[in-house]
Amino acid sequence: MKIKAVPAILAVLAAATLLVWAMRPDKAIAILFVSKDYLVEMISILPPVLILCGLFDAWVPKRTIERLMGDASGIKGTSIAFLLGTVAMGPLYAAFPIGKSLLDKGASFYNVAVFLCVWASIKIPMILFEVKFLGAEFALLRLVLTIPAILLISALLNAFRMNASRIQ
Amino acid sequence: MEALRFFRRAFLSLAPSIVAIIWTIGFILTFLPSGLVLNTIGRNAGIIGVIIAAAFGSIVLIPAFIAFPLAASFLRQGADVRAIAAFVTTLVMVGVLTAPLEVKFFGRRFTLLRNSLSFVMALVIAFVMGEVLR
Repeated sequence: MKIKAVPAILAVLAAATLLVWAMRPDKAIAILFVSKDYLVEMISILPPVLILCGLFDAWVPKRTIERLMGDASGIKGTSIAFLLGTVAMGPLYAAFPIGKSLLDKGASFYNVAVFLCVWASIKIPMILFEVKFLGAEFALLRLVLTIPAILLISALLNAFRMNASRIQ
Repeated sequence: MEALRFFRRAFLSLAPSIVAIIWTIGFILTFLPSGLVLNTIGRNAGIIGVIIAAAFGSIVLIPAFIAFPLAASFLRQGADVRAIAAFVTTLVMVGVLTAPLEVKFFGRRFTLLRNSLSFVMALVIAFVMGEVLR
């Protein structure tokens, strides 16, 4: 979504909500209430994350990240990316600014991709939750399959990116 | 001070996208009938049902503490285990609604690739799970 497209989308949403309100006022109110709940959630998560990114940007030297997670960091760097993704709490959109900061500080592309995918899908409290509701067999099998899937996705993302930079 | 300026710039540029994303979610969740969902991903729905479940998981943004109980209740009511696995996996790995935010940080190409690769892998995971848990 381009920045210019956002006001247009907001206008369409406003118009659609008004239309719904004209026909079914209760539904329009439901839309706004559900939206409000999500807005409160996002507003409470993003500012602290962005502030942490700002601090990270100002305080952590580029050399450190390059050494720990850069192109030459090997399995150790990927393990760090994996651990960072697992221990962090919060939705995926909170990981975007953090991943970008890591990339800017010299972490390798592959490691940042691993970090993002792990953040999205592997969280210890979430696994416990999944075991509780969907059963240990389901949750652990999904976990065991997800790990190689993430490494493959990250490797493919890295390969496609290499290709692109070679063509340009 | 540097950190604060970084925060202000980032937050102001993100705010309109966030409002647009959230408003869209409000629409979807208000109008989606859950009986229809169950019909679509039942054991008789087959591969199409699995793909629809994966697509549904890609689009909606539901917190895990709601999604897992929801998935469990679908499973008890007769949903296909592959569809549930696909739904849970794309729910966490693929984000169509948060894609605009991802594009802002990583660009269009990365976002498109990461989400479509994750979608395909979620289907693979779902079908393997279907074989194992049969």
